[in-house]
Amino acid sequence: MTPALQLVLFISVSLFCIGLLAALSRRHAIFILIGIEMMLAAANINFIAFWRFSPQPQSTGVIIAIFAIAIAAAEAAVGLALVIAVYRHYRTTDVDELTQLKG
Amino acid sequence: MNILAFAFIAIGILAPALAAATNPRLMHAALSFALAFVGVAGLFFFLGAEFVGLVQVFVYIGAVAVLVVFTILLTRREGETHRGFNWAGVVVAIAVFAGLIWSIVKTPALSILPPAIEPLTVKRIGETLMTDYVWPLMAAGVLLTVALLGALILAMEDRE
Repeated sequence: MTPALQLVLFISVSLFCIGLLAALSRRHAIFILIGIEMMLAAANINFIAFWRFSPQPQSTGVIIAIFAIAIAAAEAAVGLALVIAVYRHYRTTDVDELTQLKG
Repeated sequence: MNILAFAFIAIGILAPALAAATNPRLMHAALSFALAFVGVAGLFFFLGAEFVGLVQVFVYIGAVAVLVVFTILLTRREGETHRGFNWAGVVVAIAVFAGLIWSIVKTPALSILPPAIEPLTVKRIGETLMTDYVWPLMAAGVLLTVALLGALILAMEDRE
């Protein structure tokens, strides 16, 4: 028995919502970034799943997944560098304590 | 493609991902994050996209997970617990989850089985990247260079 497209989409939806949960409910800046990475991975799973289940597969889905991984890596590098820069200025990585711009 | 391997991969993705999202101990959560991405790479292998699975292992487990672990070590303070949890985020995540599941279940076109396809070789991916997608490839290269230089400048200490 082979899984249908729906089952793969259930996994990607679950991963997306776990990432959303991490991004919204965590207070540590690194884990907000990890949540965003999980959401990007869920999008990648969707690209690959729709590529695999399409009647006439072209390589577009795979190529887009590769570009998405490259862009996610760039985003992670800049985001983590920002976390280190913020930590150096404020001595904290808790996003609730970074209230300098609050009116 | 059998359903048992698929269920195994699904648990291998979702259990570590949930642990990464909720574990208050930072280092454990970061390692669960790496484990979740091993599961995602496994799903890519399972769906027949071997090259993307390999790229996923190289980039996420090889680079991003190591970067996350080093950032945690560089920004750690003594006596930190991070038990604060924002319950509004849980409500929003569950609402989005319910909405998306509902729309997937309600779409009959999604209950299809995978067609038999010829495997996508690395050679064909390379040919496509160097012909149809050569400009996006160049742009991605420039983006990675700029992003890594920018990350270096952001994280560099000011020595005056």
